[in-house]
Amino acid sequence: MTTSERIGALDVARIRRDFPILDRKVYGQPLVYFDNAATSQKPRQVIEALTHYYETSNANIHRAVHLLGEEATAEYEGVREKVSRFINAPSPECIVFTRNTSESINLVAYAWGRANVSAGDEIVVTVMEHHSNFVPWQQLAQETGAKLVVIGVKEDQTLDLDDGLSSYLSERTKIVAITHANNTVGTINPVKELAAEAHRAGALVLVDAAQSVPHMPVDVQDLDCDFLAFSAHKMLGPTGVGVLYARRELLAEMPPFLTGGEMISKVTIDETTWNGIPAKFEAGTPNIADVVAFGAAIDYLSDLGMQNVREHEKEITEYALRRLKQLESITIYGPEDIDVHGGVISFNYPGVHPHDVGTIVDRQGVAIRSGHGCNQPLMRSLDISGVARASFYVYNTAAEVDVFIDALGDVGDRFNG
Amino acid sequence: MCLSTRLVTWAIVSTDDRRRMSSDKAEYKRQETELDELYQEIILDHYRNPRHKGRLSAPTASEEGYNPLCGDEIILDVEVTDGVVSDIAQRGSGCSISQSSASMMTEVIVGEPIADVKGLIASFTAMMRGSDDDLEELGDLEAMAGVRKFPVRVKCATLAWHTLSQALEKAKSS
Ligand SMILES: Cc1ncc(COP(=O)(O)O)c(C=O)c1O
Repeated sequence: MTTSERIGALDVARIRRDFPILDRKVYGQPLVYFDNAATSQKPRQVIEALTHYYETSNANIHRAVHLLGEEATAEYEGVREKVSRFINAPSPECIVFTRNTSESINLVAYAWGRANVSAGDEIVVTVMEHHSNFVPWQQLAQETGAKLVVIGVKEDQTLDLDDGLSSYLSERTKIVAITHANNTVGTINPVKELAAEAHRAGALVLVDAAQSVPHMPVDVQDLDCDFLAFSAHKMLGPTGVGVLYARRELLAEMPPFLTGGEMISKVTIDETTWNGIPAKFEAGTPNIADVVAFGAAIDYLSDLGMQNVREHEKEITEYALRRLKQLESITIYGPEDIDVHGGVISFNYPGVHPHDVGTIVDRQGVAIRSGHGCNQPLMRSLDISGVARASFYVYNTAAEVDVFIDALGDVGDRFNG
Repeated sequence: MCLSTRLVTWAIVSTDDRRRMSSDKAEYKRQETELDELYQEIILDHYRNPRHKGRLSAPTASEEGYNPLCGDEIILDVEVTDGVVSDIAQRGSGCSISQSSASMMTEVIVGEPIADVKGLIASFTAMMRGSDDDLEELGDLEAMAGVRKFPVRVKCATLAWHTLSQALEKAKSS
């Protein structure tokens, strides 16, 4: 027996010791946390960075002449640089801090959308979008009289692109808003190819990277997207911090989303001139402490290496899929090809509602998600009301998958006798 | 059932982690018992074979109940004749608790005077809130008491009853 259970790419036993919450029990059982697509757990390093900031450097940023203010500003701006390097943005100026992915996408839909989309224009989304990347565009279309064009999915829940993205584009297409990795069925979309095709048609591209940046290497210059959004809380960081990456020219041209303190250059009674980018998009005191702690999360993931994170998740997902398929008559959603399937597995037990599945495994310490996963349009296209979903991260092990599979056996025993 | 497998599985993780990963057997049994009380045979039977499933051709009132948290949905058709619930039909979709609760409800209220049905609604909701005062009056419905140990599922159990209450209001004014 080795001292660590190394599933290939990561030293999981060592990683697990960094996560205090993994010490707790749920109903007397060791916690098996498989709800990572909703939010991840946080390592000690991130929790300590948060307390350390409050204990040593807390001050408001940007406007203070005192030392604490200077330190806080340096730490906050330092994380902007880290984020910029993490996704290979051309400059930290292209990074705007928000509260979460939803706010990042709303920022674009409001600030860019209201200035650039008008009646008769077209907005392209997919049926597999999280409500966060669906509702803002649907509302923009309704408000402006633009048309919402929705790309469907095929039997295996990959995008229906048999006739090419161009079949969904016209000269009126202003933006294509598309998820990089889906949060329910796990499909990874070919966003780089789609971005190239959209650009050839003169449309911009927004990538919802809430489920990709935490789980795989993402390079915004390689993808060549115009906007990209993600959340700190899904990648070991604290809640309350989101990121919007945008091309510099777009940020420079766009009007602000929220106005007030910090985002101005000069205010008179009659008019206001805006601050430069990215400050123009960060009105008011931002979530300084959580941004600082987010820096520790990025360090942690950078140390692991995002390719290793992806490899680890691939192995555990493959293993879980193999074990799930052995269960009788279970329906598993999402692509078969693991290269286009992220660390998320959705499934249904015939004749058992996903909430009953969730309740039964919960009492054995296994936390999964049940329901529509904020993917109601996709659920409707599959003609189901919801799924049970297990989603993995760097601290999960094959042994935990075994516990989960055992717990699922209990579901079968109870419902199917 | 799976306790031994669980211990074996966990044993392959490092010795350092073994202490915190050991499972509490007494607690495990307790949880199994609570699940047994939640998923009683009578509840599963109503889930698999729902009573009064469908719709009425000429209902006095229809009402739709929806639980946005779970996506549970119940649609009730009620027929009221001379102050008595003379017929009822239910349809919808959702978890075993919401669907079986609706099915059990239809069985006990058909043929009952509105006043008694209202009393039953009050007793059932009181039971789901933790009261044991009216258990006798509730008869078979007492099986639903197991849901109280699962606070997030209580709404599933009460959905049909809230919907019924609204349907009766509608019936009164029609
Ligand atoms: C693909 C995807 N997009 C957007 C979001 C929204 O993220 P947030 O709730 O942090 O705004 C999520 C979170 O579940 C997601 O999975």
